[in-house]
Amino acid sequence: MELKPLIKVEGMSFGYTQKIVLNDVNLAIAEGEIVTLLGPNGCGKSTLLKLMLGLLRPVRGSIFFNGEDILHVSPKFLAKEIAYVPQTHRSSFPYAVMDVVLMGRIPHKTFFFRYSKTDMRVAHDALERLSILHLANRAYTEISGGERQLTLIARALAQGAKTFIMDEPASGLDYGNQLRLLDQIIKLSREGYTFIKSTHSPEHALWIADRAIMIKNGAIVSDGECDDVINGESLFRLYNARVNVLRLNGSLRVCVPETICGCQELAKSPWMSLDMTPPEDMMESKREVCSLQKGPK
Amino acid sequence: MKIGKNLFPILSLILILMAGVSLTLGKYPVAFPDMVRFFLYKVFNIGYVATEAYQFLGSLFIDIRLPRILAAALIGASLSVSGAAFQAMFVNPLVSPSLLGVLAGASFGAALGMVFSKSWHAVQVLTFTFGFVAVLISIGIARMHKGNTILLLVLGGVISGALFTSLLSIVKYIADPYNQLPAITQWLMGGLSLVDGKILLATGIPQIAGIVLIALFSGYLNALSMGDEEARALGIHVEWIRMLLIFLATLMSALTVVLAGMIGWVGLIIPHVARMLVGPDNKVLIPVCALIGAIYLIIVDDVSRMLFTVEIPIGITTSLIGIPFFAVILRKAKKGWN
Repeated sequence: MELKPLIKVEGMSFGYTQKIVLNDVNLAIAEGEIVTLLGPNGCGKSTLLKLMLGLLRPVRGSIFFNGEDILHVSPKFLAKEIAYVPQTHRSSFPYAVMDVVLMGRIPHKTFFFRYSKTDMRVAHDALERLSILHLANRAYTEISGGERQLTLIARALAQGAKTFIMDEPASGLDYGNQLRLLDQIIKLSREGYTFIKSTHSPEHALWIADRAIMIKNGAIVSDGECDDVINGESLFRLYNARVNVLRLNGSLRVCVPETICGCQELAKSPWMSLDMTPPEDMMESKREVCSLQKGPK
Repeated sequence: MKIGKNLFPILSLILILMAGVSLTLGKYPVAFPDMVRFFLYKVFNIGYVATEAYQFLGSLFIDIRLPRILAAALIGASLSVSGAAFQAMFVNPLVSPSLLGVLAGASFGAALGMVFSKSWHAVQVLTFTFGFVAVLISIGIARMHKGNTILLLVLGGVISGALFTSLLSIVKYIADPYNQLPAITQWLMGGLSLVDGKILLATGIPQIAGIVLIALFSGYLNALSMGDEEARALGIHVEWIRMLLIFLATLMSALTVVLAGMIGWVGLIIPHVARMLVGPDNKVLIPVCALIGAIYLIIVDDVSRMLFTVEIPIGITTSLIGIPFFAVILRKAKKGWN
């Protein structure tokens, strides 16, 4: 079934006075998709995300949300539809986690507002959904990076938007928190949320995303199903690094660098064909990772 | 927040009490019961006060001390609230209301008025006007360039502040060194002795309105303090709200200079004290700032009046109390800053 695009970028270019950051970008994102932007540092990923949020104005072309030019709708309207989950950051002020989540209710308020009982409940529910209710009264500046990222997602949930734009959500998180974050994204995506996120880890795209968009030097170089788009060749073109994309037993794929400290041979041969039975606990952990995969819709 | 809710009545009570006690303090000390008796008689017509004493106390309290105390409370509240608002919207707990040059501009305006005009009203109008001009120049400089708005505004403020400080030096240089220069210098040190009922009324209403409006906008301040992009993504017209808040803060700060000259450090320190008490949520913080600021400046003015036989300019007292205080706070509050 052909879905009506939720976000549509048409012939959009963006740049600062001297430098072109994005050139003639065209893309359409359907509702419920998990879209991952991949690309080297400074390729324009974050800029594209900010443009889709209406934080920057395109120099040429336009961006439509549900058929409406996002520059022609009020920030308030847009905030009810699209939530921004920035890179995990530290606030200058030690707000309580609850206060941060409550900020998500601002688009639903008029001038001179006070938070109502409903707002409190929505914020409470958002925290509960991400299992971080116990943090509600902790200072945002004193919780861990992973907890801060979850707080920002809770704020996005409280905002009531169904589309989340996330700028490198996994950066700065430890390994466990990264996996838990991906898990949350999949869960929410099954409930109909749309995700557009950038990442530096192609594996994250392979594991949870439907679609990968590769950006280099301000232009989209490939766009399609993750399995089609992400392969050794495209990753080499994108990052100038030799990487093998290997398929594990199921459909799960992993990226293995081709050369690291002379371990060339080991990495080159497909993992499964090595004369080695993975120990029992490793099988266990594999199943755990596999459970992260998105089931059939 | 629990503390927040109990704090309001407590702080209000302290404020009223401090104002009452301050009425009794001064060159002619009055016993506290005498003052209570006077006001009971004056307001509710209860009890009796001899006519002679009534007239004397009336002029002492109503004409001399009350305007001064009210002015101190207003200035303290205005500076603290604009300081808290500036700190939130510039995402930096170390800025003060003078960030965009309002105090430098207002000082220049005052000095200009003192040199070129005989009328005190002209001085007041010039003070107010140049406070705004300085801020407009900061904003204008920020608007000339593209990029990080907050950073550009701060740099604009540095430039505008430096410009008006230099202009002030010129005015001082050409001022008559026997009468005008000492007057300018003393005015810039701050003082509440020139406050009267009329100017208090004229500046008090906009200041109170400013405090109330900023308190009503405090929910937006929280979002602004997360940075422009997040605030905008939360559905806020960042530019409009910021301009409105800058306008209110400038209005209030410029009026404090009209009332009492340069009073530094209040707008920087009181928001920190308030934040230590009730946390950073601006919806609680702003009203608490207003109360604590008012109490603080009433106390500092008492100290200025009482410490020596000659009154010390209040700007000097606030700095002398504020600086060591700030050094202590810096250590304690560092935790939540990074």
